[in-house]
Amino acid sequence: MTRHEKFATFSRRNLLKAGGALVVSFGAPLAFDSVHAADEATAVGTKPPLTPDQLSSYLAVDADGAVSAYFGKMDMGQGLSVAIRQMVAEELDVSLQSVKIFIGDTAISVNQGGASGSTGVQEGGRQMRMAAAEARRVLVAMAADKLGVPADQLSVIDGVVRGKDDAAKQISYAKLIGGQYFNVHLDWNGKYGNPLYAPGKAQPKDPKDHTIVGQPVPRDDIGPKVFARTNFVTDVKVPGMMHGRIIRPDTAGAVPVSVDESSIKHIPSAKVVWDKGFLGVVAEREWDAIKAAKGLKVTWSNATPPFIDQTALFDHIRSASARKHELGGKQAGDVDAAFQSATRLIQAEYQWPFQSHACMGPACALVDIKDGHVTCWSGTQKAHFVQEGLAAILQMPRDNVRVIWTTGPGSYGRNDADDCAMDAAVLARAAGRPVRLQYMRDQGTGWDPKAPASIHKVRAAIDASGNVVAWDFLSKGFSRVDVNTNGSNPKDTLAGQTLGVELKSGDGFGVPEQSYGFANKRTAWETIAPLLDRASPLRTAHMRDPVGPQIHFASESFMDEVAAALNVDPVEFRLRYVKDPRDLAVIKAAAEKAGWQTRPSPRKDQSGDQVSGRGIAYAQRGPTRVAVIAEVEVDRSTGRIWPRKFTVAHDCGQIINPDGLHHAIENNVVQATSRTLWEEVKFDHNNVTSVDWRTYPILEAAQAPRQVDIVLINRPEIAPSGAGEASSRPVPAAIANAVFDATGVRIRRAPFSPENVKSALS
Amino acid sequence: MNQKFSLNVNGEVHKVEADPDTPLLYVLRDNLGFNNPHFGCGLGQCGACTVHLDGKPAHSCRRPISQVGDRKIVTLAGLGTPENPHPLQAAYVAEQVPQCAYCINGWIMTAAAFLRDNKKPTDDEIRTALHRIKCRCGTHLAILRAVKRAAAMMG
Repeated sequence: MTRHEKFATFSRRNLLKAGGALVVSFGAPLAFDSVHAADEATAVGTKPPLTPDQLSSYLAVDADGAVSAYFGKMDMGQGLSVAIRQMVAEELDVSLQSVKIFIGDTAISVNQGGASGSTGVQEGGRQMRMAAAEARRVLVAMAADKLGVPADQLSVIDGVVRGKDDAAKQISYAKLIGGQYFNVHLDWNGKYGNPLYAPGKAQPKDPKDHTIVGQPVPRDDIGPKVFARTNFVTDVKVPGMMHGRIIRPDTAGAVPVSVDESSIKHIPSAKVVWDKGFLGVVAEREWDAIKAAKGLKVTWSNATPPFIDQTALFDHIRSASARKHELGGKQAGDVDAAFQSATRLIQAEYQWPFQSHACMGPACALVDIKDGHVTCWSGTQKAHFVQEGLAAILQMPRDNVRVIWTTGPGSYGRNDADDCAMDAAVLARAAGRPVRLQYMRDQGTGWDPKAPASIHKVRAAIDASGNVVAWDFLSKGFSRVDVNTNGSNPKDTLAGQTLGVELKSGDGFGVPEQSYGFANKRTAWETIAPLLDRASPLRTAHMRDPVGPQIHFASESFMDEVAAALNVDPVEFRLRYVKDPRDLAVIKAAAEKAGWQTRPSPRKDQSGDQVSGRGIAYAQRGPTRVAVIAEVEVDRSTGRIWPRKFTVAHDCGQIINPDGLHHAIENNVVQATSRTLWEEVKFDHNNVTSVDWRTYPILEAAQAPRQVDIVLINRPEIAPSGAGEASSRPVPAAIANAVFDATGVRIRRAPFSPENVKSALS
Repeated sequence: MNQKFSLNVNGEVHKVEADPDTPLLYVLRDNLGFNNPHFGCGLGQCGACTVHLDGKPAHSCRRPISQVGDRKIVTLAGLGTPENPHPLQAAYVAEQVPQCAYCINGWIMTAAAFLRDNKKPTDDEIRTALHRIKCRCGTHLAILRAVKRAAAMMG
């Protein structure tokens, strides 16, 4: 029954020698007879180097005509791989079924940035679209040569090039290049990661000619998962593999000073791996590794409890000195002068707690070090960056390290996956055997990089006619990049930090993205130092829509506060100030779909404990815009909030796959609801105390909304932009505004848990 | 100290040797290669490890192998196949439910037992039956649609 991962049976040496191409069977001869006429300039038998300026780095045509797409981003379950296949099939004029996609394997794809910033389609898809268009251009030119028909007299149907006037003249992609590699140079912009762009000479199709892009195509990974036929990263096994576990201190910052190996003598095969602050165990069987990690007697250094009292968190953020202050977004006018002359000042502060990725399973990685080469299976969002991190921590050349992204237990940013890969590498090096490491639940929730806690101060200056004449917004919080968004550098991982590398905490936060055209406007952010600088369970990094939910909780709640203070309907008030026509369109579309009744908030027609209300919020995220209307029920006696219904209007330019988009939006809204209502990382002076689902509750089925109505605004003429995160960001404010509408009470601190809401209502 | 156990998994009997305190999850995964029950929490709080024991949902992460006895174990892999899917599996595909899919053992195995005993459940009854099962990706609405679709298929 054990299904060993198929990659493990490959000889890696062969694979690397072959450039990792999966189009050619290893050891099998190429079908030269069918490609003798191919132009040597554009088709070759040996794979060109795996560099971003080569068409062969993105696409290949198999001997039977199937197209392989090599993609340097990852699909974390939002259907990105289908969308990319659609874009490639569309440009190549081949059937969708004939396009296979290989994702996130560093041996066969270039670094397109991994899953990052909702750029899967926006940047990754753009590149794959341009590569496919160029491949089609080259193939048609080859066909023109072969058929003796000018290229502009040829069309392509299902991978067969044929004369427009003489269909008898035809040749398939398979015959033109099948089994050989493209040898076509692309105009690479010299960048790696998200901004990588390498177009050819071809222009992509006019959107009006699209037949595959824009269609609701189902995902092909769901069936295998539902029938338990998918190997997750947790399921990969290689011969000789051991199981590892990591041991973390009870007091964050403590390091082992003595380890009593005899305490686990009774567990067969268990061995200790201890180096400075790094402590773990390996064993033949997983349960033995778990028992050994639990039973090992460790004396820890007497570290000073590093954390403040949690009740003082927001006071701490307010009073801590800013490590960095930066203006962000569009500034306008003279804000200070405008406040001097205002007739009315409105101001508020909003608070957002630390939050955990708390993925469905703790991270898992398998690292195999053999003959100077490393193979790592990881659920990371950024395989190419983990490749660099492993090379650094193992002090090996990057090209000797291969990271194979394998679907994992959920991912919404810089979770614990990259730390796990690095920890597994340290264990594997010490054990001299392949090591599979999965963290335990308390480590997955307690020790993952956290979304930063923050406060947001907002002020508005109002003139005598009730107009907003100035707007002043300041975010202050822990950095979104205290540790970086990826594990490419040991300093950003627990393995590096426990082994004593030099630290460098980064600074970053953000400001609202909206098109409010206030005459005087200042938006800025400040970061503060982490509470513990090394190996901290409260180190902060990117979590889904990094700092978006908290920033727009503040900006859109405040917009509502101003509207209420001026006794203006919240939709109408926004429409007065929003400048961008696409922003106006999503707000109007959401209001229309929800049947929004124009009136100021709060409602004045309710009494008793059971009340209901509606609220709107909107935001941009890059080129994408989203408006969300929440309809909530509030039980004043318990403080319990139930967002019964959401209405979302979403514009991300051209829609590639409306079905995938619909699911991505719905899941964003539900997850953001969970973060808004329930999620707060708790900690005491020693450590994080949110370590499981009881101490870090998330949304339950019974608390899920009854309905999420989604209006998709398709703009085929506008380049597609991200949809993986954008609809998260208006949700907290939409709910808060609905609670205000229902109760007349403003909730300015997340999460809106029953106890927090009850105390706000009383 | 290892002991010999006989386990009936998805209709086949397997002999294993394991420490009696080993949770069923690790025996299924490591000794027998049934990968699909996942480790989520090891605490019985999330459902990712759920299997059926004599038709009832059980957390395999918390059940020592010594306490399984001769109960019939069914995993998600044993619930149905692409050729002969359980209605919930068919509904999951039709509704395109999962995002990461790591949680699906809990939802499908629990819902399968629930639907067997509860015909035509209301939305609230389904929500209550699935209380405490975790999905971190926020696919709850799609899950509820799939359970209703499966309920309709099961008549």
